[in-house]
Amino acid sequence: MSDALDRPATILVLGGTSDIALATVRAMRSPALSRLVLAARPSPARDETVTLLESEGFSGVEALDFDAADTSSHEELLDAAFDSTDLDVVIVAFGVLGDQQDFEDNPDHAVEAAQVNYVGGVSVCLRVAQRMRAQGHGSIVVLSSVAGERARRSNFVYGSTKAGLDALASGLADASQGTGVHVLVVRPGFVHTSMTAHLEAAPLSATPEQVADAVVSGLRRGSTVVYVPAALRVVMSGLRHLPRAVFRRLPI
Amino acid sequence: MPSLAKVAQPRTVHEVAQLVIAAGPRGVLARGAGRTYGDGAQNGGGTVLDLAAFDSIDLCDDGDVIAGAGVVLGHLVPRLLDRGRFLPVTPGTRWITVGGAVAADVHGKNHHVDSSFGAHVRWLDLLTADGEVRRLSPTDADPRLFHATMGGMGLTGVLLAARFATIEAPTASVRVTTMRVDDLDRLMALMVDNDNAHRYSVAWVDAMSRGRRLGRGVLTLGDHARPDEVLQARRGSGVAGGRLADEPRLTAPQVPVSPLNRLSLAAFNEAWFRRAPRLREAEIVGIAPYFYPLDAVGGWNRLYGQGGFLQYQFAVPDSGSDVVRRTLERLSALRAPSFLSVLKRFGPGRTQSPLSFPLAGWTLAIDLPARTPGLGAVLDQLDEEVLVAGGRLYLAKDSRAVPATITAGYPRLGEFRAVKNDVDPRGVFVSDLSRRLAL
Repeated sequence: MSDALDRPATILVLGGTSDIALATVRAMRSPALSRLVLAARPSPARDETVTLLESEGFSGVEALDFDAADTSSHEELLDAAFDSTDLDVVIVAFGVLGDQQDFEDNPDHAVEAAQVNYVGGVSVCLRVAQRMRAQGHGSIVVLSSVAGERARRSNFVYGSTKAGLDALASGLADASQGTGVHVLVVRPGFVHTSMTAHLEAAPLSATPEQVADAVVSGLRRGSTVVYVPAALRVVMSGLRHLPRAVFRRLPI
Repeated sequence: MPSLAKVAQPRTVHEVAQLVIAAGPRGVLARGAGRTYGDGAQNGGGTVLDLAAFDSIDLCDDGDVIAGAGVVLGHLVPRLLDRGRFLPVTPGTRWITVGGAVAADVHGKNHHVDSSFGAHVRWLDLLTADGEVRRLSPTDADPRLFHATMGGMGLTGVLLAARFATIEAPTASVRVTTMRVDDLDRLMALMVDNDNAHRYSVAWVDAMSRGRRLGRGVLTLGDHARPDEVLQARRGSGVAGGRLADEPRLTAPQVPVSPLNRLSLAAFNEAWFRRAPRLREAEIVGIAPYFYPLDAVGGWNRLYGQGGFLQYQFAVPDSGSDVVRRTLERLSALRAPSFLSVLKRFGPGRTQSPLSFPLAGWTLAIDLPARTPGLGAVLDQLDEEVLVAGGRLYLAKDSRAVPATITAGYPRLGEFRAVKNDVDPRGVFVSDLSRRLAL
């Protein structure tokens, strides 16, 4: 149960090695935090993350095996995560960015990305929501993207997976009203992470720490959607209403 | 954000027993009037029992009361006053239930003389996890379950009824001495010197004042007034007697943005401080304005807006009295808007009850807006100081402590757990508080 200062005692990160998720758990850290579960594919990166967080003084850090694309394993995984304690915050942070040209050349790769980002997201969001309703409280943080708000020529496959996830999470947020469960949809623009290190930064880019701060304040205020940086809300509102013929020609 | 539970309103003991026996994995919790500041009356995902139907009041010839757990003190007080009696202990609001008074082992302005509620209870009827009703008394051969239940935050079972003593109150008024004091040291010294001469004693402290004025406050010392004193006061100045309205005179609206900020509250506290006399003796004041000043504004908590507020209340022994000063220093440095805070001396605690809060020394209670920047870290530090001084936090007020703070502050928590485990091995009785603090 998060306390009166909105400090969670337990956090589950799905996609436990994500830079944004790590920045977020650091921002949520307090003496109240007693259990932090990192669910990710078994990898040296996951082990390093556990070691790193422990060296920073986090206690109760656990790792669980999680494959976003293998939805048949999710029920068991979440049973294990919810078994010993309530979970106050679950961060849905996994996702693949891929390469637009590769997706167009190899549609199988696009299907795989959709399997992870969207299908995996549907699977965990709905299962987590069920369990949180049973415990009567909890917050689900879903990392969406402005790329899903209006798909762009330059990354519409990735954008479409995030569009699906965003629609699912937004609907779940509405469906969760009055259940004690809160869903926060996070729409960052370009974020400087290991996933985007090879790309040129877009305007209004953000750091993982900025995303983390927006998540913490969004949870505190009970927001349904936060943009990072906040100015993107206005920019996206403009882009959404541009005539398609103009939008298509924009160098974005 | 509050948690969600199913609320059941049983009307009979049989219905309570069925609800307890049928409890699912998220358990059951009885709730009183829902006045707890923290999460002690919530049970996310489980069942919460509203015992409002258990509202019988039986006034015994010897002055005792047998009351259902759902009886609201505010409804009992007028009936007691009609008989020249009053509650043995009353907290700062009368809109709590007998069940809540037992669960929190509440204290009042007379703690230094009369101890806490549990000291006046003759017996309790407790429905335990097996569905049985047990009558528990402090004179039982094994009184451990009685003592664990007093202050046990509803975690030992469902309280159905209690018999407790009352005290004499020849009128519905209190004779009050008021002293305005410019600084904390003098205030605390005055309290030490004067407490024992009066049944009631409490100081309201301006938690926003700093520097030389740190901890300035108004000390009120009270005793039940005699009929001749009330008559004389009425003849002289027309002072009201014991008006005890059922409904609040004002109701606070739900506000999107809190009107309580640093400036408005500093101005309020200043005005309130200046209004108090330097010294006024033998003023005759009604029971309601004396004991329940905040009850005059219904829903006053809403004034804090959507961000809400929390109350920090601790007790420290006399040897740790400087924790009071340091708390006021740290919190006034945050410049958090804070209403008048309450400082009080405690007499000896009821050490028989492992989770009873009061201990001989001082208690300080401060309301703070939950969204005050930096509040969490400052309170965490203050927890440390309270513990080092041999003090503890009040479970009925807590909404942000960590398990280790409670374990250290209540060294006999293990005894409580042993009794609970004995009578509730499945852990049927749980609350958000008990989960958060691993009680």
